Amino acid sequence: MSLKRIDLLICCGSGCVSAGALKIKERFHAVLTEKGMTNEINIIETGCMGPCDYGPVMVIYPEGVFYKHVSVDDVSEIVEEHFIKGRPVKRLMMQDSEDQVIASKKDIPFYQKQVKVALANCGYIDPESLDEYIATSGYEALGTILTTMTPQQTIDVVKASGLRGRGGGGFPTHMKWQMVLDATADQKYVICNGDEGDPGAFMDRSLLEGDPHRVLEGMMIAAFAMGASKGYFYIRAEYPLAIKRIKMAIEQAREVGLIGENIFESKFCFDAEVRTGAGAFVCGEETALIHSIEGSRGNPTPKPPYPAIKGLWDMPTVVNNVETFGNLTTIFLKGADWFASMGTETSKGTKVFALTGDIRNTGLVEVPMGITLRELIFEVGGGIINDKKFKAVQLGGPSGGCLTAEHLDVAVDYESLKEKGAMMGSGGVIVMNDNNCMVNVAKYFLDFSVDESCGKCSPCRIGLKQMYDIMERITRGEGQEGDIDELLRLGETIKQLSLCGLGQTAPNPVLSTIRYFRDEYESHIRDKSCQTKVCLNLMHFDIDKDKCIGCSLCARKCPVTCISGSREEKYTIHQVDCVKCGNCLDVCPVKAVTKVPGIHADVIAVNEIKCDMED
Amino acid sequence: MYKEICNKYAPTKDNLIYILHDIQDTHPQHYISEEAVEVVSEYLKVPANHIFGVLTFYSMYSTKPRGTNIIRLCESPPCYIKGSDNILRKLKTMLSVNVGETTKDGAFTLELAACLGVCGNAPVMMVNDDVYGDLTEEKIEEIIGKIRGGN
Amino acid sequence: MKTLTDLKKIREKAQEEMKLRGSNTRIKIVVGMGTSGIAMGAREVMKTFLEEIASRNLTDVLVTQTGEKGLSSMEPVVDVVEDDKPKVTYGNMTPDKVKKVIVEHIVNGRIVSDYVVATGN
Repeated sequence: MSLKRIDLLICCGSGCVSAGALKIKERFHAVLTEKGMTNEINIIETGCMGPCDYGPVMVIYPEGVFYKHVSVDDVSEIVEEHFIKGRPVKRLMMQDSEDQVIASKKDIPFYQKQVKVALANCGYIDPESLDEYIATSGYEALGTILTTMTPQQTIDVVKASGLRGRGGGGFPTHMKWQMVLDATADQKYVICNGDEGDPGAFMDRSLLEGDPHRVLEGMMIAAFAMGASKGYFYIRAEYPLAIKRIKMAIEQAREVGLIGENIFESKFCFDAEVRTGAGAFVCGEETALIHSIEGSRGNPTPKPPYPAIKGLWDMPTVVNNVETFGNLTTIFLKGADWFASMGTETSKGTKVFALTGDIRNTGLVEVPMGITLRELIFEVGGGIINDKKFKAVQLGGPSGGCLTAEHLDVAVDYESLKEKGAMMGSGGVIVMNDNNCMVNVAKYFLDFSVDESCGKCSPCRIGLKQMYDIMERITRGEGQEGDIDELLRLGETIKQLSLCGLGQTAPNPVLSTIRYFRDEYESHIRDKSCQTKVCLNLMHFDIDKDKCIGCSLCARKCPVTCISGSREEKYTIHQVDCVKCGNCLDVCPVKAVTKVPGIHADVIAVNEIKCDMED
Repeated sequence: MYKEICNKYAPTKDNLIYILHDIQDTHPQHYISEEAVEVVSEYLKVPANHIFGVLTFYSMYSTKPRGTNIIRLCESPPCYIKGSDNILRKLKTMLSVNVGETTKDGAFTLELAACLGVCGNAPVMMVNDDVYGDLTEEKIEEIIGKIRGGN
Repeated sequence: MKTLTDLKKIREKAQEEMKLRGSNTRIKIVVGMGTSGIAMGAREVMKTFLEEIASRNLTDVLVTQTGEKGLSSMEPVVDVVEDDKPKVTYGNMTPDKVKKVIVEHIVNGRIVSDYVVATGN
């Protein structure tokens, strides 16, 4: 038995690591060694705790004190004050709306509406310790299934739970499994799709990093249910830590016999290995992923045949998402009814969302399906940063669509989002304030899809590029009448004719922004004006003569010397020469420089002359 | 040298992606030469055109020599919303390179990445295997300075 | 590991290691570790509690710390907190007194009234 009196859980998810968590850990080791306290305090590296924008974060048990924005310089104080004298360092703790310090992690509003199923252990256990996973009832579900249930009974439990794929499509999990169970073949495979690539979604990385054994156990339950004896984790090469943790989990399980022959003295034998990608978004599509594992270009192939019939090396194969596997153990431990009691009619259980963009609490949250967008963004997410106005939310990454303030009371489930033109996707929630130009944002998403199109089918390869060119022209100020209709026509065609999910969904950001923000497109095209002053060709800078103090800083910083004036006359921008670098705005000490929507009259006049001369 | 790397893996086609990663990581200029492709082709009994197909498909592979440190700035929409274009401008001016180019001293290659999956701390970049989040122009100076100093 | 019973054994041991994070504790011992408490030997008191609890394998007892509560003249001060019972505060603690508190109070549920300086909140 140990003498430890404090568990110090340092979040070592990628977010906190990028903010310096590992250096803080080293510093704790150094300070505790110096004070001779290493035998009293457990330092535990955990997976992502969720609130990434407060990183580096840590929790100290037994009290459950939560610290945010910890720096290396804070370590001595934490040891001296908290560990030795028992006085938590208040300035590092969260505060509630009345500026009161929040004593314990469980009282922080960010966590209160959350129900952790897949993420239950993330940020709570040491992901590199098999024992800690077992302490949270790890491998209990697998052991029980292997010793008391048949594959069909296993599938029936998943069916009763209503679990649907968490990777994007929302396909009922039990149906995929049943197809493979019913197929006859010498060898069947199970694949964990860890090729999460949706910009704005990072729950798979967090789960793989924070609780790798849970994902492995989920995979093994699936393997037993459909009669597979071999599993592959396909993980993006961009996630080196996730790869390391899963490899470690597989090794640990092998050492104690949780992987291998006759697991739990049953007839079930299983082995798993890790495969990595090399940077290709389309490999998240299951047929592309299979080709990538086989050592080829990750080009998708038409379905049917479905992988369940003809998958990896032409054998029946199930491809499930990381989070889907993450739900399984809890479904079996707590029961299908318990899982199905959460959520809506068609979407059961919980879903992990990644909150990003202009939102106060960025990070990972897990909430029951059916929560409204308002609760998700304003209660769990803490609302818009700097108290700006909410404008739109992009759900489902580059495959999804934008929703607006009028949709805030929509319940989040697979069907209701689809109906409104967005989609669940893998759970990326990108929140935007009213500084964002929706035309520009849609162009940005489209740019991503154009880059990531594998080029195999022409609607996606050529069509998306055509759409992008039109979007580019519109944001450059050269939009024409009829552009919107052409975008709609192209978008619908690409959706219908593309080979795989990438092309079938890539037009969604453009289509949904046209649906809800058509006026912005129209003002770009007709009035040549970007109301949010984002599109540089459709706005200009101006100096307010009443505010200008004639200090000449702007003129000196202007790279094209298009600002002139004097202390008496104040300064003026010669619009025709302006390159809109924004230096003048940055340096003005009295904020006299402002952005103004629309093209300046001088520039319009010059452009007309140019046109006449060309004629 | 390429042969030795190949020998670490079983000569089956599904190891191709691994072998290519290994070759690229081992090479001081982080790229895969034509010569390497020929060795791998011979070893796996896979045509060189298949290997070039794979090489050019995946964005992490390079067929051109690169710098000692590879900077991969995330260009995904969540990073863009948080101002990654300013970070890109800063990197370009600081290193005097465009995207895809290597600094004159061979220390850095500047690349863009589709998404690094650290969106809660946008804007984000990776330098080799290290992730840096919540980037600002000041932080860029500090990070690049540190790496330069370390070399 | 071959059976569910094996798994259970590992689980129980592992849960023991993680009990600081759990909430299944019966008794919480809070040692006052302010400057004056430490000056009066609170660290030795804390250590003795930890050692005694470990050697007796008391799985449902948690030792934690707090700051000063103003009873400077009675340092080191220790609170024993049990669910549904008034808090007991012991003062002028020493390692020997700790051993007695463990035997009498923590194990057998009899408050060592000689050392008590306050009860209730």
